[in-house]
Amino acid sequence: MSEPLFSKKNLKLLGDPVNSKNPITVQVLGICSALAVTAHLKPAIVMAISVTVVVAFANVIISLLRNTIPNRIRIIVQLVVIAALVIMVDQVLKAFVFDVSKQLSVFVGLIITNCILMGRLEAFALGNKPWPSFLDGIGNGAGYGMILIIVAFFRELLGSGSILGFKVIPQSWYIANGGFYSNNGLMILPPMALVVLGVIIWVQRSRNRKLIED
Amino acid sequence: MENLINIFVKSIFIENMVFAYFLGMCSFLAVSKSVKTAAGLGIAVVFVLGITLPVDYLLENYVLKEGALSWLGKGFADVDLSFLSFIMFIAVIASMVQLVEMIVEKFAPVLYNQLGIFLPLIAVNCAILGASLFMQQKAFNNIGEATVYGLGSGIGWFLAIVGIAAIREKLKYSQVPAPLRGLGITFIITGLMGIAFMGFMGIKL
Repeated sequence: MSEPLFSKKNLKLLGDPVNSKNPITVQVLGICSALAVTAHLKPAIVMAISVTVVVAFANVIISLLRNTIPNRIRIIVQLVVIAALVIMVDQVLKAFVFDVSKQLSVFVGLIITNCILMGRLEAFALGNKPWPSFLDGIGNGAGYGMILIIVAFFRELLGSGSILGFKVIPQSWYIANGGFYSNNGLMILPPMALVVLGVIIWVQRSRNRKLIED
Repeated sequence: MENLINIFVKSIFIENMVFAYFLGMCSFLAVSKSVKTAAGLGIAVVFVLGITLPVDYLLENYVLKEGALSWLGKGFADVDLSFLSFIMFIAVIASMVQLVEMIVEKFAPVLYNQLGIFLPLIAVNCAILGASLFMQQKAFNNIGEATVYGLGSGIGWFLAIVGIAAIREKLKYSQVPAPLRGLGITFIITGLMGIAFMGFMGIKL
């Protein structure tokens, strides 16, 4: 009755959301936080891990409860489960990485309204068993995380000349030190995140013609 | 009064919910294909924000923050319930959206039918929870300021979504390269609109 833990179908749940069913670029979910926290790489990584944890465990809990939730109040039940998990993640972040949690400020709380969560709970967890739901959560979290890291990488590199806080562009290149280069200040500002995302979508759809909409 | 106008203008233009903080992007992208539905959703968001923010302000100041419960008795003066903020705010938002849904259904049935599923979806619109959390951070002096902030944020969001819907309607007549069509070009244009709104940043009120 039970299929092997890592059967082909289950592995697809892990792999699809990273590319062909990516929550940000294909499903158009979770955009808000993807844009706001990607000015530097460190908050993006912390956010990606937080969202993955919340999606995976929320999926499991709702999947375990799926046969007992009355249909009329299911949105409220989902919101309560998500809010409880986010409160826990927020407390953990405040305890272990306080400086990053300050940078993320309201966006940790906003994981509650992150459409990826409601989207996956409604589309998957309510109709599937706990283990596939867990894998689906990890997969979507990984897809989300990958996009966040790519956007943050370029924004931090071009906007501050550093990666994870380490200065990568040689100091002698800067105009102040007699060179020719200066940081692209526009990259740190929010609108550029949208443009970088647009370019990522462009690249993804050029490589995978099936995703093009008309 | 001057302070109220200050907060109002700031929340519409300088700290626009969509272009400065990227809140409410999902419904912003999903509902902006036509100006009519975009306008309808925008007005609903203004309603919800205008009602939710004052209620959340009262919750924050009389229940949640440190020392807020002191009106119950001396013994409660050092109780800090702020960790419950998320759950309480989301509960208030969900109920307010339900209320707005019932009011709209009774008094404007045409709009109700037009909006369809998007009215209940306002409950998970990050702009609403985001505005409440920002209000918590900004610590306004009275309920009037919080309400003005809510209305202003809603109007800012309304302007943004109607703007992008109008542009997307016109874009249908342009020749956009296939991989950029639809989502890609919308992102880039929203980015450009964001850069345009940054022009408001230097304004000192």
